[in-house]
Amino acid sequence: MACIEARGLRKAYGANMALDGVDLRVDEGRIVGLIGPNGAGKTTLINAVLGLISYEGQLRVLGRDPWSERDRLMNDACFISDVAVLPRWMRVSQLLDYMAGVHPRFNRPKAEGFLAKTSIKHPSKIRELSKGMVTQLHLAVVMAIDARLLVLDEPTLGLDIIYRKQFFDSLLNDYYDGNSTILLATHQVDEIEHVLTDLVFMDHGRIVLQSTMEEVEARYQEVIVHPERVAEARALKPIHERQALGRTIMLFDGVGHQKLATLGEVRTPSIADLFLRIIGDRAGQAQGATR
Amino acid sequence: MTTNAIDNSVLHQAAESAPISLWRRFYWNVRRELWENRLIYLAPLGVAAVFFAGFAVSTIHLPQMMRAAMKLGAMERHGIATPYDITAGLMMLVMMIVGTFYCLDALYGERRDRSILFWKSLPVSDTMTVLSKACIPFVVLPLLVFAVAVATDFLMLLLSSAVVAGSGQSAGALWHALSLPRVCELLLYHLITGHVLWHAPFYAWFLLVGAWARRAPFVWAFLPPSALCFLEKIAFNTTYFLDMLKYRLMGNSMDVVMAHGAFPTDPMTEMTPLRYLASPGLWTGIFFTAALLMVAVRLRRVRGPI
Repeated sequence: MACIEARGLRKAYGANMALDGVDLRVDEGRIVGLIGPNGAGKTTLINAVLGLISYEGQLRVLGRDPWSERDRLMNDACFISDVAVLPRWMRVSQLLDYMAGVHPRFNRPKAEGFLAKTSIKHPSKIRELSKGMVTQLHLAVVMAIDARLLVLDEPTLGLDIIYRKQFFDSLLNDYYDGNSTILLATHQVDEIEHVLTDLVFMDHGRIVLQSTMEEVEARYQEVIVHPERVAEARALKPIHERQALGRTIMLFDGVGHQKLATLGEVRTPSIADLFLRIIGDRAGQAQGATR
Repeated sequence: MTTNAIDNSVLHQAAESAPISLWRRFYWNVRRELWENRLIYLAPLGVAAVFFAGFAVSTIHLPQMMRAAMKLGAMERHGIATPYDITAGLMMLVMMIVGTFYCLDALYGERRDRSILFWKSLPVSDTMTVLSKACIPFVVLPLLVFAVAVATDFLMLLLSSAVVAGSGQSAGALWHALSLPRVCELLLYHLITGHVLWHAPFYAWFLLVGAWARRAPFVWAFLPPSALCFLEKIAFNTTYFLDMLKYRLMGNSMDVVMAHGAFPTDPMTEMTPLRYLASPGLWTGIFFTAALLMVAVRLRRVRGPI
């Protein structure tokens, strides 16, 4: 069953089309990385999915219309956004009391178990916690909710590498059970690469690439071309070519592995590289066109 | 664009996820408000404590006053009763001030500190959020200031009795003269009729402005109505809008009570609830309150963090 299904999703802020006809289907149980440059429309898409903004077009999340049924959707979905949004005046114990009071799927002992592994104390006010601790707290609360969809919008922004690693480790080890769906928008692509099952690239309010990680690996190959075979390699029409340390590195889309292996050393490009090639070039072209 | 009427989804919710009832969610939302805004109960308690301390000092003169009153033959209520009227008046004032500031900040603060993103990630509808916030000036504050006023009056009476008895006079006469149960009854009636039902549109307006304003909700709450009064005066040399606001603020004591005393809690005052319920001003006020709250709910849904 589709967890998120969008067709022709549009959202305009003035003259700026934040979402310009997005078609997206995310099946249940996937971990989807939503990747794009600043202003690509990632947060707008996420806000639409969560029922925080109105939109044009069709959108169903867990079978519901998020804009008109946000409160019911939130029984089954939860959300951590780019900055710490936990109310600063609240005490940790109050937060747990309140969650248990309003959320039918909140498992308080589970949340307390997660918190016991951190240095967060129950009587502390959230304003007294460090940024990393607030994120830990939010994650502990959200992981204690038996939700079918978890949406994360730059959840580790501004955290140091230790907290970032911890965040994704506990997300995978303690939370993800194969049934729930995770939609994750981030800039720190390299850190989440191994976590994802699906990849969505966004640019200028549109989806540029949507694919499973297996498909990406099968489709895109990066070759460090032997100097004497460069001309031969160019004939295969690489989508990108660059020079690094005196070697020529080319990125191919949909060229067979065996053929490429004769040209040089073949490897799977990192998501960050792929992102730069696909979106970076588009941005470059767009700039060239306006000039 | 998908649009809906003010979401009635709250109603479906209980059936769907049985473990948490609508009332329980509402209860926790109101408690949440009290956690965040401790001034709601600290202000009445603080004011009452300070006033009680002042009263305690003033009881030095009480035996003298009692003697003078006894000499006149009949118990003069005035003088002896004044402190109890002041308690009631102070509590009404505290309620208006705290209620105004609370409502202006209720839907504004959560947008300013971005915590609205967290609240909206929970299965609580905008309708329930706005109603639980409106519940503070409409239910929690009046009951709270009433309870504090009654407790203060009772403590004052106990202290006075001890002082009067200590000076060898009858404390019973004091209890009789003050008729405290009647005063409390009148205070509760006045709070409900004058401060909750009659002032309700003000609080709803403040909530709406808090949900709408991008900055300075206080200014937005007061400046446009003032400007309107001013414009009307200049353009038409009339003061209908100002008169309407004044009427709404001062209340329609004509319909509420048959007034015999200057103060609403004077024991001689007669309550006339039926005439009050029949007054059109009450119902137009309730109509405006409902309309303003509905707009506030819609704004809560549309507006994000500032």
